[in-house]
Amino acid sequence: MAVQLDAAGEETAPHTGKGADPPTRGTAGGRTTRRTPRPPARRTPRPPARRTPYLLLLPALLATAVFLGWPLVRNLLLSFQNLNMKELIQHLTDWRGTGNYQEVLGSEQFWRVTGRTVVFTAVNVVLIMVLGVLIGLLLARLGKKMRLTLSLALVLAWAMPVVAATTVFQWLFDSRYGVVNWLLDKLGRHGMAHYDWVGTQLSTFFVITVLIVWQSLPFVALNLYAATTTIPRELYEAARMDGAGTWKVFTSVTFPFLKPFFLATTFLEIIWVFKAFPQIFAINQGGPDRLTETLPIYAFTEGVGNLHFGMGAAISLLTIAVLLVMTAYYLRLTLKQEQQEENEL
Amino acid sequence: MKRTALSTAGRIWPNATAALLALGFAFPVYWMFSTAFKPTRDIITEDPVWFPLHGTVEHFATAVNAPHFWALAGNSAVVTVLAVGLSLVIALCGAFALTRMRFKGRRGILLTFMVAQMAPWEVMVISIYLIVRDADLLNSLVPLTCFYTLMVLPFTLLTLRGYVAAVPRELEESAMVDGCSRRQAFRKVVLPLLAPGLMATSLFGFITAWNEFPLVLVLNKEPGTGTLPLWLSQFQTQFGDDWGATMAAASLFAVPVLVLFLFLQRKAVGGLTSGAVKG
Repeated sequence: MAVQLDAAGEETAPHTGKGADPPTRGTAGGRTTRRTPRPPARRTPRPPARRTPYLLLLPALLATAVFLGWPLVRNLLLSFQNLNMKELIQHLTDWRGTGNYQEVLGSEQFWRVTGRTVVFTAVNVVLIMVLGVLIGLLLARLGKKMRLTLSLALVLAWAMPVVAATTVFQWLFDSRYGVVNWLLDKLGRHGMAHYDWVGTQLSTFFVITVLIVWQSLPFVALNLYAATTTIPRELYEAARMDGAGTWKVFTSVTFPFLKPFFLATTFLEIIWVFKAFPQIFAINQGGPDRLTETLPIYAFTEGVGNLHFGMGAAISLLTIAVLLVMTAYYLRLTLKQEQQEENEL
Repeated sequence: MKRTALSTAGRIWPNATAALLALGFAFPVYWMFSTAFKPTRDIITEDPVWFPLHGTVEHFATAVNAPHFWALAGNSAVVTVLAVGLSLVIALCGAFALTRMRFKGRRGILLTFMVAQMAPWEVMVISIYLIVRDADLLNSLVPLTCFYTLMVLPFTLLTLRGYVAAVPRELEESAMVDGCSRRQAFRKVVLPLLAPGLMATSLFGFITAWNEFPLVLVLNKEPGTGTLPLWLSQFQTQFGDDWGATMAAASLFAVPVLVLFLFLQRKAVGGLTSGAVKG
């Protein structure tokens, strides 16, 4: 398919006359009409150029194949096996076909966890993007001193290692001596004075969401602010001249100009939130009653915790599939854009 | 005249919001340090003591004297530095090829790294455990280093691509016209210009490797062979309600990253955007 697209792009490629273009085009043309002898190179021929990119990429590809590809293949094989503690210790291989998948896909639990994960990811990503953009725009409006203060606070939150942050949030939300409950009590919600935040599904998710959003906002806000500084001032001035309000300026200038940024950031946030592990695991191990398990936690608990390694492997592959579906749009878009850039190389 | 009056009024709410936000973002970090320095009687109180007026380092002593702290801190440092260094070198080569050269399979390779970036390592721990066990490398730092390198690699590579693309091609070409080989041109012209990008990217790698938890949890069970996140999570289980000691431990764990971040964040912020906008 890649070859097809390459060839199709070739014909529509605009001729941007850059310095090193002619020889590159020559070789590329030779490639699309396969098996025909290469047109004689006009100026300095660069024979190693054909091998160099592959040599440069070799270490990265090799490492990916060994340390990611191999575990994935192994995972795939495991997912067709009946692998529990006994088989693990005695090094037995007991194939059970698609049994694991049938069991997982047939279980109500899996679908509930999948739905929960999608909702959880969506809520977090929307919160992060909306609030992050608002804070980023706020940063652009502030005076120098206040901007520095807020940036510093944002950087502090951003830099907190996840495991440390999780521990701190447990302390903040501690039922007896936590600051949050104290504050709620002082604000008149006396019923919250000794509230057990990890007691119910919703309140546990609330703590996890606050933690994740708190940690993720700085990335979006600071980067958005940095990105807005690259927008030409004239665009804003023109929009203001036309009588555009704040919202209109955002939708007609900022958003279109930063669209690639929004797409890339949303993509990264989806991945990061979806994969959130230490936060959920450390706060309450997916409890109470496994009600806050998302797909990664579910795979871990089933596989490692309950020692059903084959099942865990099957769940983990399904998890990857769900993530791929959620990010497919962005992946396609980037590849298309890449196609255009490639034609300009 | 009317205009200035209006803008002063209009400046109050952004500043007030910003102040409140700054407080909200900084508070958990402040509370961690402040709790760590307070004597226990100031921690376990009905009304919070906001400032560590009776500062003490006893909690830090508890944390540092907890079993294996220094061994694990050493392990963390070694694994993180190696993983970041390795991934930077490997990624830079790849990023250079992907941005500057045109070749068959380029987009396929790019897609590979984009998908690799999404790899949910947390759910692959089972197969990784079996691979490492079969290689007889459980409780060793070698597999951790290798896997951390790869966890960091796709992101590093994709981000560096933006930085490489930002270096004008003409600079490199003129160096080559002046008689440099392509390799020399890269080393003498491109590499110095990439230095800020490399630093910024390494920061993200550093955080990922320093934080990694699920894998080390499964692979390095033998006491003293793991890394600090393991120590921190176990410390908390062990010391339970000793919030002072737990916060001291969390502080010790967070300080290296916070320091590094404050030094490098300026470069990190702009750079990542250029990488993202470049796409």
